[in-house]
Amino acid sequence: MHIDIHTGLDSPKGNWWKPAHRAEKTWVVIAFAWCMVLFAMMPLWHWKGGQNPSGIRRRVEPGEFYKRTLEFSAQYKVGEDRGMPIVAPPPGSDVYLTAMAFQWTPILKLQKGKEYILHLSSLDVNHGFSLYPININFQVVPGYDYGLRVTPNASGDFRIICNEFCGIGHHTMVGRVIVEDPPAAPAAPVATTGGIQ
Amino acid sequence: MTGPVPASAIGPATDVAAGTRFNVCAFTGRRLDEVALRLVRWNAVTSIVALLIGAIAAVLIVLTRWQAVHLLPAIWFYRILGVHGMSMLIFFIIFFEMAVLHFASTALLNARNVAPKISWIAYGLMLLGALMVEYLMWAGKADVLFTSYVPLRAHPLYYLGIILFAVGALIVTGVFFANLRMAKRERTYEGSMPLVVYGAMTAAIIAVITLVHGAMIYIPTFLWSLGLMEVDPQVYRMIWWALGHSSQQINVAAMVAIWYMLGALTVGAVVLNEKISRSAFVLYILFISMASAHHLLVDPGMGSAWKVVNTSYFMYMAVLASLLHGFTVPAGMELGMRLRGYTNGMFDWLRRAPWGDPGFSSLVLSVVVFGFIGGITGVTIGTEQINIIVHNTLRSPGHFHATVVSGTAMAFMGATYYLIPLVFRKKVALWGLAKLQPYIFAGGMVIFTISMTFAGTFGVPRRHWDISFSQAPFDVAFNPAVDIFLALVALGGITAATGAFIFIAIAVKSVFFGEPIGQVTPNTHMRGVPQGLTHPPKHSADVAERWEKMHGPESGFMGPAPGTLVLVFVFLAAFILYFFVNWKVLSFVWRIG
Repeated sequence: MHIDIHTGLDSPKGNWWKPAHRAEKTWVVIAFAWCMVLFAMMPLWHWKGGQNPSGIRRRVEPGEFYKRTLEFSAQYKVGEDRGMPIVAPPPGSDVYLTAMAFQWTPILKLQKGKEYILHLSSLDVNHGFSLYPININFQVVPGYDYGLRVTPNASGDFRIICNEFCGIGHHTMVGRVIVEDPPAAPAAPVATTGGIQ
Repeated sequence: MTGPVPASAIGPATDVAAGTRFNVCAFTGRRLDEVALRLVRWNAVTSIVALLIGAIAAVLIVLTRWQAVHLLPAIWFYRILGVHGMSMLIFFIIFFEMAVLHFASTALLNARNVAPKISWIAYGLMLLGALMVEYLMWAGKADVLFTSYVPLRAHPLYYLGIILFAVGALIVTGVFFANLRMAKRERTYEGSMPLVVYGAMTAAIIAVITLVHGAMIYIPTFLWSLGLMEVDPQVYRMIWWALGHSSQQINVAAMVAIWYMLGALTVGAVVLNEKISRSAFVLYILFISMASAHHLLVDPGMGSAWKVVNTSYFMYMAVLASLLHGFTVPAGMELGMRLRGYTNGMFDWLRRAPWGDPGFSSLVLSVVVFGFIGGITGVTIGTEQINIIVHNTLRSPGHFHATVVSGTAMAFMGATYYLIPLVFRKKVALWGLAKLQPYIFAGGMVIFTISMTFAGTFGVPRRHWDISFSQAPFDVAFNPAVDIFLALVALGGITAATGAFIFIAIAVKSVFFGEPIGQVTPNTHMRGVPQGLTHPPKHSADVAERWEKMHGPESGFMGPAPGTLVLVFVFLAAFILYFFVNWKVLSFVWRIG
């Protein structure tokens, strides 16, 4: 076999399409196999995994989305915090959260273990939905409705941090999500003394 | 006619008196085109000025994010963050890449620049564009950060400046291809073009793809800023990132080309197999533009099928390319060392490598940090679902500082230590510091990127002035560990910036006040000249015999580069571990679908 020992700065002479050494070929095969594993994990997680960014996605006029958010807030409002409505929608319902410089509205009150369809959109520029301290992050783009089926798996008082630069007040943009344990099951014997509060 | 053509055989040079345009390199004997070298010098110097601006900005930024110091007011933090991004990622890197293109298409092929005037016009356009953008950012007329996501609005001239810069860069890639074509026609080299030039050509092709996307988004955005048309925010994000991420792939291709070049210069690295290395470059060209999807994985505009196919560069074919280079570059170095007689054991070649040569240490640190930190984190966080726990947190800049700073910028710095004697014909000034500089820079970046990544796992947002949320309506109390990580980010960042300042001081002192090299005596140490030039790494006389033996059956399964094979399997193990740990962490969060 003709040997052409050269560096990357030299021109290879003649035909350089030559078989590689076994060790190099082995690495090519292993690297390729690993790439296939990397790839397969994504469809696999769609099939078996619980966290996927699929969602129900559609275009929406920003003003229209905000109107829907206000109607939704009025319908399920249960209180107020700092002038902002606290909204407790029933499990399974569509939940609307509007981002705008520099606030998230409304405050949501959800139940642990129940599924909701959380619709995210923006009234003005791009924002970033970042649920603290769970660390769930989604891009919020004006003109697009991102409807995600979410199921809180722990109760607590959570925050929504904006993590996409949206202007000079970006760092003040914090929203709130409250997750409560679902009401006690009515089958419990003590429940006979009280009614629905 | 075969073989290198004498200078006199080439058509009359236009702007330099005939006969003086070409010189012979004192170290390598290659023919050098003075016109091309002047272009290399101006582009490199401009690039280093941009690096200085970017590095000063970096210090101000880390000292603001370190909450205990919190140096800048909010408006200046965001403004300087934009300056940092544009100065580093666009002006520093692309001006340097223009220098690489001018160098690779002439000096490495014994060829000439075929269009000096056009090359200078292109440089002028780029400089004008860069100055416009810098002015508008500093003047507060473009507080839109690096990405300028529509509908955030900057001054129209900001977009125009970027367009001018991109047009200039596009012209340089055109000159590069013309130079290659002319070199081929004038037969300035025999056989195929060298692998390093092939890599530079890959970078140039990706640059064309990238710059076309740049035109597709910045021209409409410029018109939008004048009120002449609408731009959809989601479409903007998609096309902008086809520019933004693909331009990082220009960097990858240029960086890998420089890896091969520095390997050859410092330790006589050989090309194991041209077929595999070149095919890997082709994979970059075919698939790498799909990486725009990395930024859109949790966006509402695209479906999962689109995200999965694109984020994986069609089943990770571009990742495969990097995995191949990640093997062939160190294996070529190992084989180069072994062919020069360093054959003991598994790692003797590594132990006895020229660690005091800043070109060599930069190369190794660039490969290691790019691969182990940048590469592993990048592929992992670019996975569709894992991105849910990563998007826009500090994990994202943690990743790309490991690729583009400790990878690309480190490789460019290493190349500069060779370009100073080769192109500027000056000794490298502050030689003692130069030997230390790669370690300072890479050490700082390792602390910086790892700390940033850890802070990001707590959900700390990137591009954020105040994570104590002192002015927010609701309190947010991060884990106290976050404060430690952010302090480490500042420490690592300042260390790395110190490394960058040392580099700038060395480059400026060498270029403008440096000692000319003068007479070169082979195999004699010369202070300020890297060892790869004074002691060119020659293979031993019986090289063909050694090569046969190392590739024969007696070398066993491990083949001619057993040390590298061990190292790549360590790398693969780290990769597998990190990847699956992230899936595990993802499985703990709320169910989302």
